[in-house]
Amino acid sequence: MQTQILETIEQQFKTLQILNEDGEIVNEEKVPDLTDDQLKELMRRMVYTRIWDQRAISLNRQGRLGFYAPTAGQEASMLASHFAMEKEDWLLPSYRDIPQLVFHGVPLVKAFLYSRGHFEGGRYEGVNALMPQIIIAAQCTQTAGIALGLKKRGKKNVAFTYFGDGATSQGDFYEGLNFAGTYNVPAVFISQNNRFAISVPVEKQTAAKTLAQKAVAAGIHGIQVDGMDPLAVYVAAKEARERAINGEGPTLIETLTYRYGPHTMAGDDPTRYRTKELTDEWEKKDPLIRFRKYLERKNLWTQEDEEKTVEQAKDDIKKALKEADQTPKQKVTDLIQIMFEELPYNLREQLEEYRKKESK
Amino acid sequence: MAQMTMIQAITDALRTEMKRDENVLVFGEDVGKNGGVFRATEGLQDEFGEDRVFDTPLAESGIGGLALGLAMQGFRPVMEIQFFGFVFEAMDSIASQMARLRYRSGGKYNAPVTIRSPFGGGVKTPELHADSLEGLFLQTPGVKVVIPSTPYDAKGLLISAIRDNDPVIFLEHMKLYRSFRGEVPEGEYTVEIGKANVVREGKDISIISYGAMVHTSLKAAEKLAEEGIQAEVIDLRTISPLDVDTIVESVKKTNRAVVVQEAQKQAGIAAHVVAEINDRAILHLEAPVGRVTAPDTVYPFAEAENIWLPDENDVIAKVKEIMNF
Repeated sequence: MQTQILETIEQQFKTLQILNEDGEIVNEEKVPDLTDDQLKELMRRMVYTRIWDQRAISLNRQGRLGFYAPTAGQEASMLASHFAMEKEDWLLPSYRDIPQLVFHGVPLVKAFLYSRGHFEGGRYEGVNALMPQIIIAAQCTQTAGIALGLKKRGKKNVAFTYFGDGATSQGDFYEGLNFAGTYNVPAVFISQNNRFAISVPVEKQTAAKTLAQKAVAAGIHGIQVDGMDPLAVYVAAKEARERAINGEGPTLIETLTYRYGPHTMAGDDPTRYRTKELTDEWEKKDPLIRFRKYLERKNLWTQEDEEKTVEQAKDDIKKALKEADQTPKQKVTDLIQIMFEELPYNLREQLEEYRKKESK
Repeated sequence: MAQMTMIQAITDALRTEMKRDENVLVFGEDVGKNGGVFRATEGLQDEFGEDRVFDTPLAESGIGGLALGLAMQGFRPVMEIQFFGFVFEAMDSIASQMARLRYRSGGKYNAPVTIRSPFGGGVKTPELHADSLEGLFLQTPGVKVVIPSTPYDAKGLLISAIRDNDPVIFLEHMKLYRSFRGEVPEGEYTVEIGKANVVREGKDISIISYGAMVHTSLKAAEKLAEEGIQAEVIDLRTISPLDVDTIVESVKKTNRAVVVQEAQKQAGIAAHVVAEINDRAILHLEAPVGRVTAPDTVYPFAEAENIWLPDENDVIAKVKEIMNF
């Protein structure tokens, strides 16, 4: 009986796929209504991000970037879902979700300053986003709050948040979903299931067969999508957004994806816990390959487009890096002054102390 | 002027601010229809509606995240943690999130959140209701911590806390909720955060205290006066940041000091007060600065409160020890 119930639940969360590994449409009725320009732009963003990831890894090795969590493999999951967002929507990323931040309007130089550890890297102007969240799943409860705020203000906007598979074991993940459901707020929770939380496979996070079904515990919509399929990810995010602004409440989206690189550049060696076969298998599912095939068949993407995007990315990275280098170094007095609107006595004293030090 | 208990003064402060600023939202477990487990929010939902005063699911971390998110949308959240012993569930949302929001966004965002929460012993509560955990937040850059001891201060400090554009933890001692009434002006007034109050003047020794221990210290001071020792009693009112000027000025006058807290010796803020006095007024001291605290055990089982909590006899004994050093 119990087994039957579990199977019945799992069957409600079958993977949505639109584009197969060969770039063929396998689900005609779900094909999103995207213009040729939009399709090209989405491809451009994915290629751009792949190049950026390669450059970031190498810059990190050269010591020119600091903290960096690789993104290769997750381009569809990250960028096709973000593609469903409107400019005024709110974005609450995890530490890996820097590409979405940049395409939401945060300048690339800020991403690099964030990576290096400079306060300017978290100071955004005119972008509805929070800084990358390091405390896994804290962004989930904050998303419920932002979405409730949007609802109270009567705005037709949505709060989107991203986190990994490991995050779904956190209390804040469940609390965030549950609060969002209780208040019926416009929020979209995106769990990017890349199968590993550092070295721990998703099977060791939970006995649940899908992460999407965790939505059931909060009484909200849940959907599992092929996270290597840009069209499926886009459709899931777009539909979730529409439900949210129509007052139909939050959605949990699970994207089945994979990171080709290590967890972060801070000494993680994925060969300790992942087989080459597994990585090879996922590389065959590459979102860029299948989307490229799809667009080429539609005569929307050429070698020239590809090269132009690569050049653009390299160029932007070079410029942003230079800008980051030229950003004034941080001073303790800077750090003191961003603590409070009005400094308490201890910080007033310490401000004076460090002003003297810095003027020497 | 009206005679109010501290709990009435708190409700009055919330009502005053909710009327004045439509961005003020009050939420927590049972704060809506029920009016709060101590009636601190009684009548507010009827007056301001469910959109402004509402119940939450039973999850402190979620409440903290909700507050931060609402703050990001321009609201002024006043969230309640039913008992401060439950703050550990919300530790990340307070200490790692709202306390750091202004800093980590380079000053771009801020969290004007007030966290109201009851604490304090002497009323035989069950486990983890009465613990004094304020010391944890003295060690948390980015938050202020306020602990009133009178109805007047409670109202004025709560209004200041709500208007503050950075997170403020407002701790309400359960024993002081209804134990006495005091004069509370109608309408709005503020008591400045970070300012102590000399509640009894004296020339022989400074007793520095906060929360329920202010009243314990005052009782001790009266008895000491009968023996010819004139103690000056300072109610810190805000424990983070400390009002070091008032403390130091008093110590320079009396040349002796005792810090009195309800928390365990290894907790609270007494050690920090002693360090500040040592840093700033050591040449004025006739004796080391004494401390009256609870013992370094877990908060007592209800029936052991009377032997565990510091009382006026402990204060008297410590004052005499310092006087006779």
